[in-house]
Amino acid sequence: MSPVPLEYGLGLAAALFVLGLVGALVRRSVLFILLSIEIMLNAGALAFVFAGARWAQPDGQVVFLFILTVAAAEVCVGLALMLELYQRFKTLDGDAASRMKG
Amino acid sequence: MAVFVISSAVALISTILVITRRNPVHALLYLILSLLSVAVLFYSIGAPLAAAFELIVYAGAIMVLFAFALMLLNPGALSAGGPRRRPLFWLVPALLGLVLLGELAYVFTRLPPRPLAAGGVPPQQVGLALFGPYLLGVELASFLLLAGLVGAYHIGRRKPS
Repeated sequence: MSPVPLEYGLGLAAALFVLGLVGALVRRSVLFILLSIEIMLNAGALAFVFAGARWAQPDGQVVFLFILTVAAAEVCVGLALMLELYQRFKTLDGDAASRMKG
Repeated sequence: MAVFVISSAVALISTILVITRRNPVHALLYLILSLLSVAVLFYSIGAPLAAAFELIVYAGAIMVLFAFALMLLNPGALSAGGPRRRPLFWLVPALLGLVLLGELAYVFTRLPPRPLAAGGVPPQQVGLALFGPYLLGVELASFLLLAGLVGAYHIGRRKPS
């Protein structure tokens, strides 16, 4: 049905993943690192859904739901850590956590 | 195909804007826009369940969690400044959102309605696969969510010091 070739979808997913990777490497704020991780997870899910739609199988969307679960759990713990970091160091700079002990 | 090109362009542009913003709230809103366009992509390739979950869980729940955390961080910075301060900030996201809205209107009015079973994956199949061969994965996902909940509670607990 879908006239979109699989390669285009995978190319878009790869581009989004690279953008998220660049964001996670370049930004120093923990909040932006978490946002970039969300972008990368979303790009992976996009690749799965495209591949599932290519062969008209439901497995791609099932894996999408699992990725959604992983993203929710990860962002839950990540935001809690971010709030803790902000309460301790009064900054969102991820490098501040390199001095953390114990 | 046009739907794919336009919404992937919107997704790429808004993602670039996400990783270049200075204001976290603007980045958050651009990320929501990117997720909306990915949902349009999912719908256009015949995955309506994934599109709905992208909207409800990603753009609806996870991004709201980010917004809550942002407001816990510095409530002063969000309320600083009166109205009409730098009023052009809304222009770019509004334009990108209008592109998506126009796409929606195009899909609903111009394209002939077609049955989903003509090649897409209907939600019934996904549900049957999810609670059939993938049942163990669903149980593990619930364990993961519980672990995330307990972990977030443990980290965010006030220490008696």
